[in-house]
Amino acid sequence: MDHEPSPPVLALTDVRKTYRTGTIEVEALRGITLSIAAGEFVAVMGPSGSGKSTLMHILGCLDVPTAGDYQLAGEHVGDMDEAALAQVRNRRIGFVFQQFNLLASLTAWRNVELPLTYAGLAPAQRKERALAALDRVGLGDRVEHRPGELSGGQQQRVAVARALVTDPALILADEPTGNLDSTSSADVLGLFEELHQAGRTVVLITHEADIASTAGRVVHIRDGLLQDEPPKAAVGPAHWVAQ
Amino acid sequence: MNWLETARTSLAAVRSHRLRSLLTMLGILIGIAAVILTVGLGEGAQKQVSDQINALGSNLLIVSPGSSTSSTGVRGGFGSASTLTDADATALASKVSAPDIAAVAPTTSTEEELTAGSTNWTTSVVGATPSWLDVRARSVTEGRFITAHDVSSDAAVVVLGSETASELFSGRDPIGQTVTIADVPFQVVGLLNSVGSGSSATADQDDQAIVPLSTATTRVIGGNSRTSVSDIYLEASSGGTITAAYQEANSELLALHGITTATDADFTIASQQSILSTATSVDKTLTVLLAGIAAISLLVGGIGVMNIMLVSVTERVREIGLRKALGATPRAIRRQFLFEASVLGLSGGVLGVVLGIVGAIVLPHFISDPISISPAAAGAAIAVAVAIGIGFGVYPASRAARLAPIDALRSE
Repeated sequence: MDHEPSPPVLALTDVRKTYRTGTIEVEALRGITLSIAAGEFVAVMGPSGSGKSTLMHILGCLDVPTAGDYQLAGEHVGDMDEAALAQVRNRRIGFVFQQFNLLASLTAWRNVELPLTYAGLAPAQRKERALAALDRVGLGDRVEHRPGELSGGQQQRVAVARALVTDPALILADEPTGNLDSTSSADVLGLFEELHQAGRTVVLITHEADIASTAGRVVHIRDGLLQDEPPKAAVGPAHWVAQ
Repeated sequence: MNWLETARTSLAAVRSHRLRSLLTMLGILIGIAAVILTVGLGEGAQKQVSDQINALGSNLLIVSPGSSTSSTGVRGGFGSASTLTDADATALASKVSAPDIAAVAPTTSTEEELTAGSTNWTTSVVGATPSWLDVRARSVTEGRFITAHDVSSDAAVVVLGSETASELFSGRDPIGQTVTIADVPFQVVGLLNSVGSGSSATADQDDQAIVPLSTATTRVIGGNSRTSVSDIYLEASSGGTITAAYQEANSELLALHGITTATDADFTIASQQSILSTATSVDKTLTVLLAGIAAISLLVGGIGVMNIMLVSVTERVREIGLRKALGATPRAIRRQFLFEASVLGLSGGVLGVVLGIVGAIVLPHFISDPISISPAAAGAAIAVAVAIGIGFGVYPASRAARLAPIDALRSE
């Protein structure tokens, strides 16, 4: 392995997730073993119903596995309670969602500041870091704008700034370009690429192969299991997976 | 997330739904205003009554003819017997047998028609001794009061209350004028100070005519009750000796009347305190009843808060999910919603108190009763409003706190 020297940022060992809907049990994840090293840019690809979203929830500590072990930055998160998981999300993970999920009533910098508020930082420090993060994504001149006054691409940049601001071990992006036109998509993907260059660990979840191809490593998931990684050449430039 | 941050977030949320927040507050506002006004009305009435009773004098005990038991064992009602006499009053005035009684004022009282020239006026004619002035804590603004000489000589002199004087003489100086009471011409020798109008609870202290006790019994009332008096007012030597004075008067009168069992007493001794509690107990019952009804409206207001908070939680599921994803603990979410509910309660409470105070100023112009709102009642009302906000906010807040982040984020 190329990344042997650095310990993995996240390590899943035989992770399973079973949902129970009435009497029917659905096995969304059927034994996932995955290790991602610090500084990696990984795309998780799979069609709808593949268990992609469930995997993202578990990676993001929004949900806990039914069985198996998940270590994030050296912490076992599988058996944590709600409050402890909230802290892990706050300190270790930066989320970027498809719907941006910015609070409409807050200005850009107030949105970016939000995770730091829950971390308990002093106001002055929060503002400084929020402004720096917005500067980092090229929105230094839009800090007082509300989400409604920004374009989709700019809103997603604000969301990326919010993901960055806590200096997390992992940036987890769930279909970050799903609601953007191609120009803005390229823009945001470029931003992830930049972050990767700067040494960030980025996990990108998508069903679009050309977006996945931006990543240094692509992991395929189907029917709750990881597929063998196909060689890079096999991935077509504009291959659309049927939804 | 500390309290300051929680406050900021909650206030922003309340502000962003101005109309809805206002309507929610309205429920609490009306409830608090209703409670504060009904309690204020009750307190005002009680204060009025107690002011009047306190105006009777200080450290006062009132001996009244009580229930009497006839020889056949039939027990008459309160006031049915004319059992108090001049002799009782003289005995109570003794410093030996009743050292804690400072002053004694036996009185008779009867309703009579007073005539001055062509004007007549019906009022209570009180037969009194010179000590009446001290015992009842009154003073004379003009002329003089009844003297011991007046009493011993059955003088036909009268001291008028301010209202009686103005009714009879309408502005003219009454001193030296003649007033006819029960066909006897009386000379006006003095005017009593004014203490403010009375109400149903006590006789009007400014509308009365004071004549010497002896003159009243012999020339006004007449008949067979020449030595009997209607009430004896006693003044204890100090606030601390009221109980001692009470006991001295009680045992003295029992002995004088030859009664061996205290329960057979043919007189009643009341203190200002006991009169006060009797007079205010009716008002109190009414106040409690009204306040109860007002409290129900407050409860309805509280349910309104809960309703809106539940809607708010449902509407903001995505926000809650996002906040959780960004690291908000269930505790932080619960706090935020509880704070919002208490802000609604607090604003409703403060506005309700303001409305209540405005009502307390405006309403007495339309109804005759005074409304008194004490700072303690206002403070308690605001505290109750906040408590209602928090109390009815607990369920919505814990629902918000319990939302699973993935469910919250998934909802569109």
